Amino acid sequence: MKKRPAGVARTTRAQVEEFLFHEAALLDEWRLDEWLALLTGDARYEVPSNDRPDADPASTLFTIADDIERIRGRITRLKDKNAHAEFPRSRTRRLISNVRVVGRSAGELRVEANFVVYRFRRDGSVREYVGRYRYELRAERGGLRIARRRAVLDAMELGSMGLVSFIL
Amino acid sequence: MNDRPLVLNEADSFRVNRATMVDPEILELERRRVFDACWIYVGHESEVRAPGDFRTRTVCGRPVIFCRDSKGAARVFLNTCRHRGAMVCRETEGNARIHTCFYHGWSYDRDGRLDGVPGEKDYPPSFRKSDFGLMEPPRVESYRGFVFLCFDPGAVPLVEYLAGAKEYIDLVIDQSPSGQMEVIQGTQDYEIRANWKLLVENSFDDYHLLTTHSTWLDYLKNAGVKMQRPDRDHLLPSHGVGKPLGNGHATTDNVNFRGRPVAKWIPVYGEAAKPEIERIRSELVARLGEARAARVADTNRNLIVFPNLLLADGSSVTIRTFYPVAPDRMRVRAWALGPREETPAARAIRLDAFLTFYGPGGLATPDDVEALEAVQAGIAATYREVPWSVMSRGMAKTGEQLNSDELHLRAFWLQWEKLMRAGRD
Repeated sequence: MKKRPAGVARTTRAQVEEFLFHEAALLDEWRLDEWLALLTGDARYEVPSNDRPDADPASTLFTIADDIERIRGRITRLKDKNAHAEFPRSRTRRLISNVRVVGRSAGELRVEANFVVYRFRRDGSVREYVGRYRYELRAERGGLRIARRRAVLDAMELGSMGLVSFIL
Repeated sequence: MNDRPLVLNEADSFRVNRATMVDPEILELERRRVFDACWIYVGHESEVRAPGDFRTRTVCGRPVIFCRDSKGAARVFLNTCRHRGAMVCRETEGNARIHTCFYHGWSYDRDGRLDGVPGEKDYPPSFRKSDFGLMEPPRVESYRGFVFLCFDPGAVPLVEYLAGAKEYIDLVIDQSPSGQMEVIQGTQDYEIRANWKLLVENSFDDYHLLTTHSTWLDYLKNAGVKMQRPDRDHLLPSHGVGKPLGNGHATTDNVNFRGRPVAKWIPVYGEAAKPEIERIRSELVARLGEARAARVADTNRNLIVFPNLLLADGSSVTIRTFYPVAPDRMRVRAWALGPREETPAARAIRLDAFLTFYGPGGLATPDDVEALEAVQAGIAATYREVPWSVMSRGMAKTGEQLNSDELHLRAFWLQWEKLMRAGRD
């Protein structure tokens, strides 16, 4: 009998939520290498420009459009205290909600979730990032893994949020 | 204001008064004497291609409609109804034959003429619609697709104003076989909590590269990009100069080590991108000859068009413009620029290269922003006790000034000071 590939056919929303909450905790705690381990070998991380939230980074200017190589470079940078925009590191707190499985194919789940991310810097500075995550998740290495992660901000422009210098 | 020097320019010392970054009175004056006296960038003609295409944006503090009129000309209108003043167009972009103010229904055509007035017969007989078209800034002119406005009716023509900056704009445009560059969709629109002039300095100050951007340099090195100082006189990994261009404009002009979508491959682009970059390179050589092709592809230049436009032709091409919201806050808008006929593959390489350095999520710009905000936080409450910033690098040298010197920064400040002293209010 053929062995069934590890799939996502029976993954529940509760399992997806647990996974996203775990990811959020890793990022809030700056456990960046552990976060990196949640990604597939061909993962992408994207933040579109606020005025083109549904666009393709091959033909549109984004805020962030990283393939796995650049994600690794970004993490190397963020772990260096010379990443001045994040030194001292921001404190962040992510609230993830409205998690929905919006599509399911043989090996992949498409998931959407709302987020509010508070980013705290010196002197009382707080910046709020509100939007929606769009994920493509796969079952790999005995658990869910992130193949694609797009953070779509709701604001008309980045405006007073200023930077996306941390992992949003 | 006349009782204190804003800039101290002595034989071997150049200093800038930090009050210029903090004082609300100075901001009020520079709005009138600098911004309202200079040619200010509005947008690029490629953003409004067809008659009726429009973009609304704030330029020089004013809401404007930047659009293409019925005859195909790029136009700029002040976005305020002639009746009671509401913003006539409240969308950021689109195409419209008619713009209607929703408040009382006055409507304007693509050429700014007042077209419809509900209940027109109830106005006195002297009321003529032709007197109430959308107002335009006193001057609107363009240079090779870049549209500027000026609120000084007596200003010199734009081409004269641009002076030596024209040559450097031409170098950017030579990337395109047809001589047409276009703004690529996707706007980076963000605030920096710092005085706007700090971003002018930062935009072409190469002295900060090694310390502010060490993680970016490491990223390039880790990807296999070779870099080595040409000799002990150079602080930076390649030779480059700073050059004033007249009227406060200035540029850096550097031998490239950081890669260019047109047309210098670096390992960061990946092996798969090599053939496309080589194809672009051969087109460039065939069209322009070896020498000019090398000038376009193997140098990178950050050009400041006084007072608030940066054309950075570096890791990619970015147009960046910024305007003060408050003495300690500015709004920045940036776009990517590329040849109109670029292949999808080349466009993708260009945009990817852009994000290695530039923008609020790039691997370098965020550290610039942090530097500017650190300066603002440092000087805001100390500028009386510590009044001067130092900008004397290169002053004792004769001849060529390096990009890590500060001659080009001083050129900006001297023009700024001249306008602030002599300006009409």
